[in-house]
Amino acid sequence: MAFVLRGWSGPLAVLAVVLATAAVSGVGRRVLPFVLATFPLVISILLVNTFLFPGATDRIVVVGPLAPTWTGLTAALQATLRVVAFALSVAVFSLTTPTDDLLSDLESRGLGRRGVFVIGAAIRMVPRVVERASEIIDAQRARGLDTEGNPWRRIRGILPLAGPMISSALTEVEERTMALEARAFSAPGRRTTIRLVPDGVQQRVLRWAIGLAILAVVIGTVAGWLVLP
Amino acid sequence: MTHPETRAPALRLTGVRYQYPATTRRALDGVDLEVRAGEVLGLVGPNDAGKTTVCLVAAGLAPQSIGGRLEGRVELGGQATIDLRPHQLAQRAGSLFQNPATQLSGTVSTVWEEVAFGPRNLGLTIDEIVERVEWALGLLGLAGLGQRDPTRLSGGQAQLVALASILVLRPACLILDEPTSQLDPAGTRLVGAALADLAGAGATAILIAEHKTDLLARLAQRVAVLDGGRVVAVGSSADVLADDRLAAWGVEAPSAVRIRRRLADAGMALDPPLTAAFDDLEPVA
Repeated sequence: MAFVLRGWSGPLAVLAVVLATAAVSGVGRRVLPFVLATFPLVISILLVNTFLFPGATDRIVVVGPLAPTWTGLTAALQATLRVVAFALSVAVFSLTTPTDDLLSDLESRGLGRRGVFVIGAAIRMVPRVVERASEIIDAQRARGLDTEGNPWRRIRGILPLAGPMISSALTEVEERTMALEARAFSAPGRRTTIRLVPDGVQQRVLRWAIGLAILAVVIGTVAGWLVLP
Repeated sequence: MTHPETRAPALRLTGVRYQYPATTRRALDGVDLEVRAGEVLGLVGPNDAGKTTVCLVAAGLAPQSIGGRLEGRVELGGQATIDLRPHQLAQRAGSLFQNPATQLSGTVSTVWEEVAFGPRNLGLTIDEIVERVEWALGLLGLAGLGQRDPTRLSGGQAQLVALASILVLRPACLILDEPTSQLDPAGTRLVGAALADLAGAGATAILIAEHKTDLLARLAQRVAVLDGGRVVAVGSSADVLADDRLAAWGVEAPSAVRIRRRLADAGMALDPPLTAAFDDLEPVA
């Protein structure tokens, strides 16, 4: 919704809902790293829009060749709000939804075993990939490769990481495929569900209400019935 | 209990030749082997002798999963593996590979659920899954690890979990490719004891490729030596592991045999004969 609705309303509404959810669920401070991770993107959005917004003439100030505009700044702040709202939504979702519950729920709703496996493996593989990268960096350092210092040195240090990472990942794919086959992964029929995620009436009503509200707002805005600031 | 030799082979390879995809050389070149229910057949040989390939072919994973060209016949429980689908193969032959990290599904958060992964794939009832998982964890002494994160285990623990994940499918045949390569001596003994229990119960045939000949001396009734994709010797573990040609084949003899040889070299009398070295060994179970 933050991206669908133009202006301030969409991102501000999403931000308000997400921040309230974060406060209620007690994950307030833990979302901070997710917000910090958006900083490079946010800074580039602010700079590009404020200084290079196409067609904007309402200059704030002129400093040599630089001429930031009010229109550009407004667009930049709205875009920033959208990015932060999106990042916070992802953060609150991942911090409040255990992966096991997510996968079990998707499976019980009919997502096939391959779909569940792909999502689950993707989520859980992240720490493994980070660990592997760290092992390879240590191995490269032990052989005298400089992976610290100025940015150019760091880039040169990262390049030798790519080869082993890719080749080991490809090797692992074959081994994993065989291991899955050895555990009857391709057996026909439905997998047994052993974890049932509680889904009360309140949650179902709330989900439907949110879904319908989003649909109504989007349709109303597109059709012109609803004019948001 | 029926002696293994009188039982029908659970696994039989007849004239097996196999070539990996995009290669010109045969990895296996005329392999004949059989393993009966209740029997442990050890497979030894130098690196690149074809031990892993034998395991892949015996489990039906080659060529079904990895491609390549197979000649000859591979049977599990009397049925050709080429006629079986992957999930049917999984229930007849449990395969365990060298690297435990790639054998875990990576999609669950506890060891218990990891072991339950295979039975869930088969759609078994929850009661049966619980019974099988508890049995497999108990057999390998893993009951205390049930709630641990499988990605945070030591190499040895992960290998035991991978083994439990195969045993839980209760296959008639176990095909193990260096299952103790990442285990410490205590872990090796634990796995060896579990495998001996399984084989001793008379229902499971075990093919185990292993560099640790000390383990095979205690565990296997028969041993086959593989070199260059061919079986160059097969017989009772006492005979094969005490064979003078073992070193030439790139296989280290068990420590009991080496000690007796050193004593003989030093001029000390060797009575009883060399093969009696195995009489002194305690079985793993």
